[in-house]
Amino acid sequence: MANMSLEKIRMPEQAPDVRNKNFKEVALGYTKEMAMEEATRCLNCKHKPCVSGCPVNVRIPEFIAEVAKGDFMEAYKILTSTNALPAVCGRVCPQESQCESKCVRGIKGEPVAIGRLERFVADWYMANCDEMPEKPAQNGKKVAVIGSGPSSLTCASDLAKAGYAVTVFEAFHTAGGVLVYGIPEFRLPKAIVQKEIDKLSAMGVEIMTNMVIGKVLSIDEIIDDMGFDAVFIGTGAGLPSFMNIPGEALVGVYSANEYLTRINLMKAYLPDYDTPIRKSKAVAVVGGGNVAMDAARCAKRMGAEKVYIVYRRSEKEMPARLEEVHHAKEEGIEFHLLRNPVKILDDGKGQVCGIECLKMELGEPDASGRRSPVPIEGSNYVIDVDTVVMSIGTSPNPLIRSTTKGLEANRKGCLVVNEETNQTTREGVYAGGDAVTGAATVILAMGAGKKAAAAIDEYLKNK
Amino acid sequence: MFRIVNKRELNSSVTLLEIEAPFVAKKAKAGQFIIFRVDDYSERVPLTIADYDREKGTVTIIFQKVGLSTKLLAAKEVGDTIRDFVGPLGIATEYEGYKRVAVVGGGVGCAIAYPQAKALHAMGVSVDVIAGFRNEDIVILEEEMKAVADNYYLMTDDGTKGEKGFVTDKLKALIEAGNQYDAVIAIGPIPMMKFVSLTTKPYGIKTIVSLNPIMIDGTGMCGGCRVTVGGKIKFACVDGPDFDGHEVDFDELMSRNSIYKEQEAEMAETHICRMDKLAKELIH
Repeated sequence: MANMSLEKIRMPEQAPDVRNKNFKEVALGYTKEMAMEEATRCLNCKHKPCVSGCPVNVRIPEFIAEVAKGDFMEAYKILTSTNALPAVCGRVCPQESQCESKCVRGIKGEPVAIGRLERFVADWYMANCDEMPEKPAQNGKKVAVIGSGPSSLTCASDLAKAGYAVTVFEAFHTAGGVLVYGIPEFRLPKAIVQKEIDKLSAMGVEIMTNMVIGKVLSIDEIIDDMGFDAVFIGTGAGLPSFMNIPGEALVGVYSANEYLTRINLMKAYLPDYDTPIRKSKAVAVVGGGNVAMDAARCAKRMGAEKVYIVYRRSEKEMPARLEEVHHAKEEGIEFHLLRNPVKILDDGKGQVCGIECLKMELGEPDASGRRSPVPIEGSNYVIDVDTVVMSIGTSPNPLIRSTTKGLEANRKGCLVVNEETNQTTREGVYAGGDAVTGAATVILAMGAGKKAAAAIDEYLKNK
Repeated sequence: MFRIVNKRELNSSVTLLEIEAPFVAKKAKAGQFIIFRVDDYSERVPLTIADYDREKGTVTIIFQKVGLSTKLLAAKEVGDTIRDFVGPLGIATEYEGYKRVAVVGGGVGCAIAYPQAKALHAMGVSVDVIAGFRNEDIVILEEEMKAVADNYYLMTDDGTKGEKGFVTDKLKALIEAGNQYDAVIAIGPIPMMKFVSLTTKPYGIKTIVSLNPIMIDGTGMCGGCRVTVGGKIKFACVDGPDFDGHEVDFDELMSRNSIYKEQEAEMAETHICRMDKLAKELIH
């Protein structure tokens, strides 16, 4: 008999006024007992609506049934049969708009905590088994994977399992892409990402860091000179946008990419590291997405007394996950909603001393379907800050498409692919993740990496 | 890991390192840069490529010990390795259609001006080199420059070697004397590049400067290296590092490059501990 409690088992968390001063993980994870109890809330529906909500089709009711029995090893095997990065997905997937949104239990009460259970199983495995995967038998074919974020890691993993010799080319000095430079330690501990990458290495995947493809090697050289049989481009959407308002070149204005990279990848929060970062007292983060929440929460942890989110629409239109907004508020981030920056103010020495904003009201829905913000004339006011972080979106990097003939991109710079196979406009060259969709989620990128891996396998089998 | 195969102290504060980096060496061109990281705790620092040897698979960098990272780098010896070395980044300098060019180098900037002069010379372009230093003690690459220049003019601020005066004095004198340059390439401290650009502007001589702002990735991803050129935001890492000197907002660049000055001073102290630690590791 299923457990008919209307609420999920609560996940323990660090208290807000404690965690906003450290970089340790906010959510602490279920205990064995909590996981087994939560698992009994699953009705094991025959038609499995939750699975249709998952971009990588995790066999959700099956793994949860094993958790309920206490067979976590079996649960892990079921999870990883379709998902290469469960410890990551359990933490950063927007389950509320995917699997959990389809859960029958959600009709009356809260859905089953699928994400928390996924995380529990992955963490249990990591804590209890140090077994590394073995190198599969090789089929003699080589695939190059460009980038090492979620789409690339998934693609590399699936191809390695199928016997391909996979080489991952990463531009930075550490593999992991947005999982290491973007998402902060307190949401996704970097040791988890490293473990996943170590697993790939154990499977024989070669990871070459410091390789900026498009500069040091072209796609054509990878195919013609280095003898790779196929290429997957998973280079993400790394190019930051700015608002083009006066004062953006002042000292103290960062893109969210730079701010987060200094903190997350280059560990500016740890005294052992040489990475410099501005010592801010008051920070305005412009934007309303998950990246903006990450930047604001990092700023707080770096010691800023005041941290503001400045967003031009209302909370309802915010693209950030509800949980992230909630966490940010708990940690003392102040929200200036329906406010749009028009100017960043100079203290006379080239440094930021404030941000001038205009109040907005909501008008008619725009192309995105959200009500568009309309400025209220003369409503200008200034927030005193010494640092501004621009987090208003990113677009794909042109380095590869501008150096590869026959690779088509759309007006936004996203690579054009066949929807069935994720093949680009060049035979043998595939792409997926943010490089194709523009900035989206980890799990969608993983889904694309998976689809491309299957298509590459099909293509090379017939070649 | 990237191995150091050759090291030369060019003066008391400027060091030359030749580093094994075959992929970079294969593609490098004059005007492009690399980013290095000494060890797992270090910053990523951009440096313009001074030379490369495609057959040996090596890239040469010449740098001044100014901050923690360059000091750590200069402490490395032949046979040692550094953690990261990525490139070639940025757009290579374009030299199309030049017959005569003045290459102006200031201080350690001569290290970057040299490959430009060398490349132009190899293309049959007539090259006048104007090299400026504070005093005779820090003069670098004199012989190398002479070998590729039609005329080599050495300037020192105090007159201890060559002529007394600034590079701009010499450049102006040469232009006034009727020397016709298709372009001036100026590489050195920001104020020098600013004043060379101001010097050439009234004559309408195309002036190319090589910028070296603070950056992280070198691929357009952080936006930290943004400079205002002709009123527009450009990323030096992917749109440069070469820009039209008459269009660059040098004052803004100077201000932006000073962002971590205070912290660097603080780090200079912790750096002593790091050096001790490194020394101990080497002994053990």
